[in-house]
Amino acid sequence: MVDLKRRFDVLVIGGGNAALCAAISARRAGASVLVLEGAPKFYRGGNTRHTRNMRCAHDAATDILTGPYTEQEFWEDLQRVTGGETDEELARHMIAESKDILGWIVEQGVRWQPSLGGTLSLGRTNSFFLGGGRAMLNALYLTAEKLGIDILYDAEVLDLDIQDGMFLSATLKRGDADVSVRASTLVAAAGGFEANIEWLKQYWGDAADNFLIRGTPYNRGSILKMLLDKGVQDVGDPTQCHAVAIDARAPKFDGGIITRHDSVVFGIVVNKHSARFYDEGEDIWPKRYAIWGRLVAAQPDQIAYIIFDASVRNSFMPTLFPPIEAPTIGELAEKFELDPATLEKTIAGFNAAVRPGTFDHTILDDCRTEGLTPPKTHWARKIETPPYYAYPVRPGITFTYLGTRVNKQSRMLMKDGKPSANMFAAGEIMAGNVLGKGYAAGIGMTIGSVFGRIAGREAAQNARN
Amino acid sequence: MHGTKILEEADRLMTVCNSCRYCEGLCAVFPAMEMRRAFSDGDLNYFANLCHGCGACYTDCQFSPPHEFNVNVPQTLAIARADSYAAYAWPRAFSGLFARNGLSISIIAALSVAAFIFGFAAFHDRQVLFGIHTGPGAFYKLMPHNAMAALFGAAFLYAIVALVMGVRAFWRDIGEPVGMLVDPPSIWQAIKDAGQLRYLDGGGVGCVNEDERPSDLRKIHHHLTFYGFGLCFASTSVATAYHYFWAREAPYPWWDLPVVLGTLGGIGLLIGPAGLLAEKWKRDPVLVDQARMGMDVAFIVMLFMTSLTGMALLFLRDTAAMGALLALHLGVVFSLFITMPYGKFVHGIYRFVALVRYAKERRMMAGHPV
Repeated sequence: MVDLKRRFDVLVIGGGNAALCAAISARRAGASVLVLEGAPKFYRGGNTRHTRNMRCAHDAATDILTGPYTEQEFWEDLQRVTGGETDEELARHMIAESKDILGWIVEQGVRWQPSLGGTLSLGRTNSFFLGGGRAMLNALYLTAEKLGIDILYDAEVLDLDIQDGMFLSATLKRGDADVSVRASTLVAAAGGFEANIEWLKQYWGDAADNFLIRGTPYNRGSILKMLLDKGVQDVGDPTQCHAVAIDARAPKFDGGIITRHDSVVFGIVVNKHSARFYDEGEDIWPKRYAIWGRLVAAQPDQIAYIIFDASVRNSFMPTLFPPIEAPTIGELAEKFELDPATLEKTIAGFNAAVRPGTFDHTILDDCRTEGLTPPKTHWARKIETPPYYAYPVRPGITFTYLGTRVNKQSRMLMKDGKPSANMFAAGEIMAGNVLGKGYAAGIGMTIGSVFGRIAGREAAQNARN
Repeated sequence: MHGTKILEEADRLMTVCNSCRYCEGLCAVFPAMEMRRAFSDGDLNYFANLCHGCGACYTDCQFSPPHEFNVNVPQTLAIARADSYAAYAWPRAFSGLFARNGLSISIIAALSVAAFIFGFAAFHDRQVLFGIHTGPGAFYKLMPHNAMAALFGAAFLYAIVALVMGVRAFWRDIGEPVGMLVDPPSIWQAIKDAGQLRYLDGGGVGCVNEDERPSDLRKIHHHLTFYGFGLCFASTSVATAYHYFWAREAPYPWWDLPVVLGTLGGIGLLIGPAGLLAEKWKRDPVLVDQARMGMDVAFIVMLFMTSLTGMALLFLRDTAAMGALLALHLGVVFSLFITMPYGKFVHGIYRFVALVRYAKERRMMAGHPV
């Protein structure tokens, strides 16, 4: 039984990668630690459950990474995906710290493996968790338990007592009673608000009703909201998030990795008016997959269709939901209530614009369209081999970027710009400091582990003073 | 469409898993799955027999129950695996023995023991049966060596024929030409993988059993059981060689090779099955084919009894209990032999064959000619 009457050195709210890294690092620094996970045990860990890799800088190839990925290259990738909307000092600090995480996380029981089948293009930059994100979580929880960290599940925090930027206590729902939990320091690692459709609607309007949430329904942003309401400075555009195009047949919540589609570069994408709206061949897929969530979100009714033909049917990873198949483009259109004549015209126009080239999906090849708007700048090949296929896709929200502003110590900053006396944040709840927009595969986990480790260490030290 | 409901479910799961692949580092099943985009009945039976039931993929899966995708690979493959044992049984008329395997094995074992006791009693008067016999040839006062060798030789031969026929059925089902079994590098790889139980370890940390904490207990006890069984078999083989080539008759003194091998093996075959049974008792029911628990338990108990009766015979062979204990031991061993093709024993055979095929597929993927 956890003694809730005692005063803990460090209270960690959240139960994912960032929370556990913070808890472990605080405990290893000598602090007493309580972790409050709002979800039931099975759903513990928020989005970490669904992750598979982490992006860490390294100067040389390792057992599982095929080559070096320098801090500079990481920084350039981050600048490119965010369009420069990042806090350079924090981002460079994170990238530098990420090098050490490769070894540190293994000391916490997590195991690496080379990139998964079908993800070779990430083999140099991203380290994959053996057994996936839930295996990683299981390892971290085991380590936390062995270290004597107290953990509560179904531990919903109803309120935070914060005065003048100082955390005093949290009100915890236990059965029918509310309990006050006291701690010298707080680490907030409770994620974004992506599962809170009402909150999303404040910025997106009714379009948010058509969003699918890739993680658990527990990521409601209640801790983020309390912190922002109680004087913590916000960071990030509330409409920005990591969103990808996922199968429209996916469940509303927690469909995870298996509902995604990797087939965009092999075909074309049209909206409900059978019109193309973006260059499907802009860049190598892992560098570009994360823009498609927003692109689809901007389409009428937030729906789009990836259309391809039999010639590429087996060119990408098999999917959970099979593609819808039809012998002609017109019949394919009818299956989705698209206008057959318009879709036929779109595809005929696309086919006519395709220039001859040598197809190679591993490089930016020379297969492109000419005189078409928008163009398809690589991997453009005619869609003319029946049967024809389509996947319906919707925006799949992974996590939101609105968050709490922090400094290099992972310490929250208050609205007046002053650092909080004893409050730290890590993970998706503060990802907006680094990610102003855009996404690069595995970076959410980097933010979680790096800032989690820092937050735990700093909180432990803060508690001792 | 698949032949059975459980294969339908296995197909559904493999489709989920093939679009995820997080578990590919845990064992051989998922890499084998990734070599395919669609799954025949034979493919699924191959995966089912390749799966060692370590349970790691269940604990590591973000979609296992209570998630709505309800992904439970260990249990589904365990059921499909047990179904496949019955489907490959030879002769087909005996496949029903798998249906209530615990009961069937118990009855056969009891009948076998009873037959030896009645046989001994019928052929000898009380003085011989309950007499004290020592020195070379003591056992054969109760049953002539040639009769013993002929009976057990026949039982063993029958088991081998039935097992070979089962393997043939399995090999055909998974769609491999018969000649493909003879690929020495693949066989050597499979021997190493089976000998180390490479895939009974959750990708390196151990099996999950009663909760999410991995442990090596199942692997250790399986090693004790398997190598204990191997030592016992070696003991019998050495004794047979002694008998025919050197005309040295059992029982042998305690320091002699057959007794040393048999004793060491017997100890392994006591601790191993006891440990496996204890782990099975604790195991989370969600991971196992609960309807077939009897099959697993029956085989484990038979191995344990083989050792227990053998050890009892060793320690009490100079007493009046020898006759009864010999009948008991021979009865247990005889029933173990004749039920081998119709019980859990076959798991080792089919899994080994699946490992050979996996090794071969890996070699082909790596570009080696096979």
